[in-house]
Amino acid sequence: MIELINIKKTFNAGRPNEFSAINGVSLSIEANKVTVFKGPSGSGKTTLLSIIGCMTRPTSGRIMLADREVTSLPERFLTGIRRKTFGFIFQQFNLIKGITALENVMLPAYPMGEAYYPLKKRALETLDMFNISNKALSKVEWLSGGETQRIAIARALINIPSVIIADEPTAHLDTKLSHEFMDIISMLKGEGKTILIASHDPLVYESDVVDRIINIRDGMVAEWV
Amino acid sequence: MSYIDKHRNLIDFTLSSLLRRKGKNIALILVYTLVVFILSSVMFFTHAIKKEASIILKDAPEMVVQRVVAGRHDLIPIRYIEKIKGIRGIGLPNARLWGYYFDPIAGANYTLIVPDDFQYGQGDIAIGKGISRSRLAYEGDIMPFMAYDGALINLRIRNVLSPESELVSSDLILISENDFRRIFGISKEYATDLTVKVRNQREINTIVRKITEIYPDTRVITKNEILRTYDAVFNWRGGIVIVIMSGAVMAFIVFAWDKASGLSAEEKKEIGILKAIGWETSDVILMKFWEGAVVSVTSFIAGIILAYFHVFFASSSLFEPVLKGWSVLYPEFKLTPFIDPYQVSTLFFLTVVPYTVATIIPSWRAATIDPDSVMR
Amino acid sequence: MIFHPAIIALLLSSFLITFLILYSSYFGLRIVRKWDIKSGSELQLNLERRTYLISTILAYVLGFQLFSLFLYIYTADNLHSLFVGAMCAAGTLNVNAYGYPTLILKVVNFLLAGLWLILNYTDNRAYDYPLIKKKYVFLLVIALFVTAEMIIQTNYLLRLKADVITSCCGSLFSTDTRGITSEIVALPSIPMKIAFYLGMAFTFVSGICFLKNSKLTGYVFSLASAVTFIISIISLISFISLYFYDLPTHHCPFCILQREYGYIGYLLYITILGGSVLGMGVGVVMPFRDIKSLSEILPSIQRRFAIISLVLYFLFTAVVTYRIVFSDFKLEGY
Ligand SMILES: Nc1ncnc2c1ncn2[C@@H]1O[C@H](COP(=O)(O)OP(=O)(O)OP(=O)(O)O)[C@@H](O)[C@H]1O
Ligand SMILES: [Mg+2]
Repeated sequence: MIELINIKKTFNAGRPNEFSAINGVSLSIEANKVTVFKGPSGSGKTTLLSIIGCMTRPTSGRIMLADREVTSLPERFLTGIRRKTFGFIFQQFNLIKGITALENVMLPAYPMGEAYYPLKKRALETLDMFNISNKALSKVEWLSGGETQRIAIARALINIPSVIIADEPTAHLDTKLSHEFMDIISMLKGEGKTILIASHDPLVYESDVVDRIINIRDGMVAEWV
Repeated sequence: MSYIDKHRNLIDFTLSSLLRRKGKNIALILVYTLVVFILSSVMFFTHAIKKEASIILKDAPEMVVQRVVAGRHDLIPIRYIEKIKGIRGIGLPNARLWGYYFDPIAGANYTLIVPDDFQYGQGDIAIGKGISRSRLAYEGDIMPFMAYDGALINLRIRNVLSPESELVSSDLILISENDFRRIFGISKEYATDLTVKVRNQREINTIVRKITEIYPDTRVITKNEILRTYDAVFNWRGGIVIVIMSGAVMAFIVFAWDKASGLSAEEKKEIGILKAIGWETSDVILMKFWEGAVVSVTSFIAGIILAYFHVFFASSSLFEPVLKGWSVLYPEFKLTPFIDPYQVSTLFFLTVVPYTVATIIPSWRAATIDPDSVMR
Repeated sequence: MIFHPAIIALLLSSFLITFLILYSSYFGLRIVRKWDIKSGSELQLNLERRTYLISTILAYVLGFQLFSLFLYIYTADNLHSLFVGAMCAAGTLNVNAYGYPTLILKVVNFLLAGLWLILNYTDNRAYDYPLIKKKYVFLLVIALFVTAEMIIQTNYLLRLKADVITSCCGSLFSTDTRGITSEIVALPSIPMKIAFYLGMAFTFVSGICFLKNSKLTGYVFSLASAVTFIISIISLISFISLYFYDLPTHHCPFCILQREYGYIGYLLYITILGGSVLGMGVGVVMPFRDIKSLSEILPSIQRRFAIISLVLYFLFTAVVTYRIVFSDFKLEGY
């Protein structure tokens, strides 16, 4: 479904602080599977995920997304594809403070030009799925860690993406919440989503739902598991 | 209509973001409003004054004939009327008496005019509000005048004028012909100037030429020239004030630029998040556009409304002295409220356009924050 | 110079617009030279980002340009009392040799900015930005025109001196004097009316043909709308204005912008300017229909432009016709 061909990413090219974060990664990722990227800090997991998620353009190499070549697309089109295909869950969850949970969930859909009320209804339904619709109108800074996490997942789902990308989703969670997170992941997998996770948390990569683990080291794929 | 829904959603979010950062935005809106307020006060004021002047001159005769001696305005012999009368296309010329009188007590110049149809008799006067205020003189009081030969002449105030425009009547005294001639020692044969009414506007230039041919020692001033001079003088003053004010506008622009480019870490993060969850650069630019539009519209309207009250209901108390010259008998008049789309669009160009230009580049910079910046 | 607030506003805005355009064309030049969509280099990413800035700037410039066109006419109108012989904008613009060239440049620059935005709109819908270099070369041309406008307008405004004797619409737009305007005014009204309605009819027919089969008639429609724009402006001076003034000799194209005539001139000018930009836009993007990335989307974009253009032209014609039919004033055919 997603195919990476010899992806390289160099930061600050041509300057003294030039740094090559990804050095030729070729991969193919199947649909409806849970794939975990594992590797030491600084190995390039986040960079790779943001390249796969069309957030960053690689310096060279090609990405095929459902047989469409996306690497040479300008940002305008890349974003168009990204917001229909990918839902992101960030390490810090990155909710916007000062507005309600509901608004946070609806935010990714605003520029898509959807009418407000149908969108709101869908957002409430998504929150309902995670049993937090009673918190819809609370400001996000008052929510507990677990609630915040579920809001973040609801936000990733609002545009009905086929791929969910999560970067270190359990880093700030205790064991109980981490288990809860993995349960949600398995539920999403059941719904047919493709899931990519970067993590070095054993609780994640040793979980039963994980189909495949990819080891990353120094910006390269180290071994197949 | 997905296009409209998109804008609605973005405006919705923009408003909620503006409210979330009240402190920063209120400061900006206050300064912005102040700038609009000052500029629009100047413009409304000069414009209304020009209007006022044209109201005064509405019924004035088309031309005034003065005699010039050695390059200076001099008394005109009344017999000049005889020959001028003969020119085709004019009404009967009228001899006017008017002049200035310096009052050492108030330290001010009064304008003395002998009206054609003076309602009161010899020994009576009517005075303007300004004189009444400064001399504390009211109806029935006696006001002494010093004649040209040192003699003291007491005149009784019969009326305090309250005409439609106080601008010119504030320092005005209406007086009878005999009293006027006594105070200034002007003999019966002379008047200050002559006025001539013209029936057909197109003939004004011809008539002016004829008069100066008959009496080469006269100068003819037409009403249009007076209006033009008024216009020029007030435009000029308004313009000068705006040039001076441009310093303030400049400062405001720098302030706006600074506000727009000095994003807090939190705002940067917020935009990063928006982009990471699927907003495109042009969506963020659009949001910034709405943000600027909301700020501009709010301040612009607030500034204009405040200026409107300032000029038309509070007598422009803040800067009348600058615009009208420093007269002791400074009139406290109410201008007729008047505002037109033209003034509003000029103000728009002087304030909103520079503000917008100052914020385009900073907004764009903010909008191009890398989406992946929030991933680390 | 006359220190009038509106003059200061006009000067200020033209400096700002010129600054923005020159700033954009600096980056436009770099895009023309360095653009390589295949590359993922940081230079390319930067250039791509700049395109957002330049689009935004041009969108603002288009708006400001339209506004400043009307402010310019309005100011000229407002200042007429300062000049002997001037009764409205026509006289003030004639005070020195730069008045009318500025006006024409303002119209031209509005049209150019509009066409640029149409190109840009089209280009941004194709995933490989096929028009990018053409677009930015065109931007350099616009920069020249905008700078020229700034220089000429500054000349005009700084050289305005009160009390200059000028001639106004009465003589400028009359048959007595020589020059292009009197030629226009002297045009016989019935053939002119026929030309106007024929032009409009032709534009509509070609527009509808274009909408039906969207083949090469696009060029015809585009050309027709450009020609009709010019005919309409000439008609405005030649006979349309007469019906709005109810006067057989008043040919001024500016007085209709005044309050006495219900600001109807704004409606007329905005519809005809908008209609012609969009109509010409259809032709400007016509050669790019064969580009692979555009071939699917361009026809629908062109259709949209053509429809809006036709609606605007229709509005213009409707207002004019309504006035001609229902005005008490009868222009005796000559
Ligand atoms: N914008 C950038 N400019 C320069 N260097 C960068 C940039 N982004 C990432 N890097 C570098 O690229 C390398 C890979 O970073 P990345 O965030 O992908 O690692 P990671 O595997 O996600 O690490 P962690 O497990 O700590 O999150 C790091 O050494 C980082 O310093
Ligand atoms: Mg990481």
